[in-house]
Amino acid sequence: MRHTISVLVENKFGVLSRISGLFSGRGYNIESLSVGETIDPQVSIMTIVTTGDDWVIEQITKQLNKLIDVIKVTDMTELDHVEREMVLLKVSPKQEHKAEVLNIAGIFRGRIVDSSQKTYTIEITGDEKKIEAFVELMRPMGIKEFVRTGKVAITREGVKKK
Amino acid sequence: MHTKITGAEILVESLKKEGVKYIFGYPGGVVLNIFDVLYEHKDLHLILTRHEQGAVHAADGFARASGKTGVALVTSGPGATNTVTGIATASMDSIPMVVFSGQVPTMLIGNDAFQEADIVGITRPCTKYNFLVKDVNDLSRIIKEAFYIASTGRPGPVLIDLPKDVTVGKADFVWPELEMRSYKPTYEGNKWMISQAAQLMAKSKKPVIIAGGGVIISGAAKELKELAEHTDIPVTMTLMGLGGFPGSHKLSLGMLGMHGTYYANKAVQDSDLIIAVGMRFDDRVTGKVDAFAPHAKIVHIDIDPTSIKKNVRVDVPVVGDVKRVLTVMNKVLKEEIKEQWDEVRKAWLKQIDAWRAERPMSYTHSEEIIKPQFVVEKIYELTKGDAIITTEVGQNQMWTAQFYKFDKPRTLLTSGGLGTMGYGFPAAIGAQFAHPEKLVIDVAGDGSIQMNIQELATAVINKLPVKVAILNNRFLGMVRQWQELFFDERYSHTKLNDVVPDFVKIAEAYGAVGLRATKPSEVEPVLKEAFRIKKTVFMDFIVDWKEKVYPMVPAGAPIDQMLFEQEKKPEKKLKAVK
Ligand SMILES: Cc1cc2nc3c(=O)[nH]c(=O)nc-3n(C[C@H](O)[C@H](O)[C@H](O)COP(=O)(O)OP(=O)(O)OC[C@H]3O[C@@H](n4cnc5c(N)ncnc54)[C@H](O)[C@@H]3O)c2cc1C
Ligand SMILES: Cc1ncc(C[n+]2csc(CCOP(=O)(O)OP(=O)(O)O)c2C)c(N)n1
Ligand SMILES: [Mg+2]
Repeated sequence: MRHTISVLVENKFGVLSRISGLFSGRGYNIESLSVGETIDPQVSIMTIVTTGDDWVIEQITKQLNKLIDVIKVTDMTELDHVEREMVLLKVSPKQEHKAEVLNIAGIFRGRIVDSSQKTYTIEITGDEKKIEAFVELMRPMGIKEFVRTGKVAITREGVKKK
Repeated sequence: MHTKITGAEILVESLKKEGVKYIFGYPGGVVLNIFDVLYEHKDLHLILTRHEQGAVHAADGFARASGKTGVALVTSGPGATNTVTGIATASMDSIPMVVFSGQVPTMLIGNDAFQEADIVGITRPCTKYNFLVKDVNDLSRIIKEAFYIASTGRPGPVLIDLPKDVTVGKADFVWPELEMRSYKPTYEGNKWMISQAAQLMAKSKKPVIIAGGGVIISGAAKELKELAEHTDIPVTMTLMGLGGFPGSHKLSLGMLGMHGTYYANKAVQDSDLIIAVGMRFDDRVTGKVDAFAPHAKIVHIDIDPTSIKKNVRVDVPVVGDVKRVLTVMNKVLKEEIKEQWDEVRKAWLKQIDAWRAERPMSYTHSEEIIKPQFVVEKIYELTKGDAIITTEVGQNQMWTAQFYKFDKPRTLLTSGGLGTMGYGFPAAIGAQFAHPEKLVIDVAGDGSIQMNIQELATAVINKLPVKVAILNNRFLGMVRQWQELFFDERYSHTKLNDVVPDFVKIAEAYGAVGLRATKPSEVEPVLKEAFRIKKTVFMDFIVDWKEKVYPMVPAGAPIDQMLFEQEKKPEKKLKAVK
């Protein structure tokens, strides 16, 4: 099963490589990983999306906790939470599709962040389902480039265990 | 106002604060200034080994023998990379150690400078933690953290990389308070889990305790003995657990696993309850995991949550320090559970005795040719178990585990997890520094001893009466054994006797003493002579090359499907699984 794990870490040199080394060294999957500072600049938060059965996920969380620089590990999947990811997508639609591209972007509350004679660059934010749906609709329009940030996640207030 | 001192001086002051007396090391360009501070220092002694790997194993042997943190110091580049095997060895066996490596100046890092190696990157997966010091003002704090991390929780090696400009730079010496929000080992076990475990012990008809290296690390031999004796539960040990419970005790089943005793493996496989104490269910212990102890509930006590439910299912996990957990458990058992333990256990212990009688640990003695097991038995007989034994890796190691009864913790120092040939001799040197008055013996193989034989110089110069008993079978015996059993006796590159060096002459060339025994009748006199001489002694025992380590569980088989001496070849179905 797929899990989204939030890892609060000391913002120190080498932390990222400790975490990625843990995953590669022990043969765990990383689907995506995003890192950024928190409000406290000495602390960073990593959001890792990984897959594995319960046995593996339990080892992953324990192994993460064991790392000296890790302050806290939260398996978001077990909690009520919000997930978001941002995607930048460059399309070069045929003339007759241009209007449709803008239309779809509008429906998905995307923003046109760059445009040229031949292309539009669209920024879109959402959970996985929304992004997938958007990409599917854009595919026939001629996607030239596609980048994504990887997921970030935050618990909902009044957190309940699922 | 303090006067500022150099990083090198801060290093030395910090080590003194940590109570360090010996540093095992090797010099080089970027650590010259540190070596200069250590020159003729009266409290801190640098022990010059003849290879950095030797230095790290010596620090490791010192740590295992004393329970204190071992310290090594090496130069950058090749000096640093030479420590990797030693660090990985310590890491696999959870040994507290701090290794200092020199590094090129901060300004040059990343430039492929002369003798630059990214040792922090290289050792990241085989240290508990490592540091690159970027500012001399951080140095004392980092050293304090390093010693704390190395020696607490599940211990392990920590490396500190010291760029030249940091050790040359100056700062005030401040010995800071420790403050680490992200590292807090769990020592106290959950009380409810502990009573669950006690309840299971009361209900169980066929329980077994498996004691591991954690018992020794935790210093819990007394508590373990109390537990076993109070509840009359038999105890088997992993290789790393030997000495954690007296090997000569009537409840001891000796070692379990691939080369464990028949009765230990039988007991585990037949048990209805396993109490795993500070051990990690290594594959050498479990054999085929799916077939491991099929009827048993498992209680697992370990300070490291990742050890629990890593390899086997666990019914009652207890995260905590063995000593503290067992103290509470003993109390619960005595105060809350009324049970006539000896009555309950009678049938089970009788069954185990039957297994013991059926297949005792044995070998066939010879009057003509020295059996390696005979040498180990004689060492036990003559020392009465009062010695520190180190081993190399291979058959020599297994025979030592099988035929020497370790009664006390920290008397067997062996590379279990990594299985590092070349470990035993430098480790013996380190152990002798920790216990100058004790008899320290490395039981060696003719292959392994050649991996760090240069440390003869270290032993001789420091007048260490370390003894090395080479079980000389002219083969990489353990590998040869597998070739005999599983590869149709095709001895591909395991034969050493094309050039087998004269170990007696090698010893003498270094200024040590060399002795040799070629007949069984010479074994005892040679050992007695070696123990009498207060010098480094190599003993070359020319043993039967055909001898194999039995019993043996072929890789991938359940641990009660063992091969024994009488059975010449394994059946097809037991062929090694690669
Ligand atoms: C040639 C060869 C053959 C071998 N054959 C065998 C064999 O037949 N049988 C065998 O048993 N081994 C054998 N080994 C050794 C094997 O590879 C492992 O090293 C060994 O089984 C591990 O022992 P352990 O489980 O006690 O773990 P260790 O490596 O000693 O680990 C200690 C455990 O205790 C925990 N711990 C540490 N401190 C504490 C504390 N204070 N409180 C609580 N828990 C703590 C740690 O977290 C860890 O889980 C062999 C090795 C070699 C090289
Ligand atoms: C550094 C290293 N290289 C290779 C091995 C694989 N290995 C395990 S046992 C062994 C043979 C050891 O030979 P020897 O020291 O003579 O011991 P014996 O088994 O003959 O007692 C080898 C090569 C190892 N454990 N360590
Ligand atoms: Mg040999």
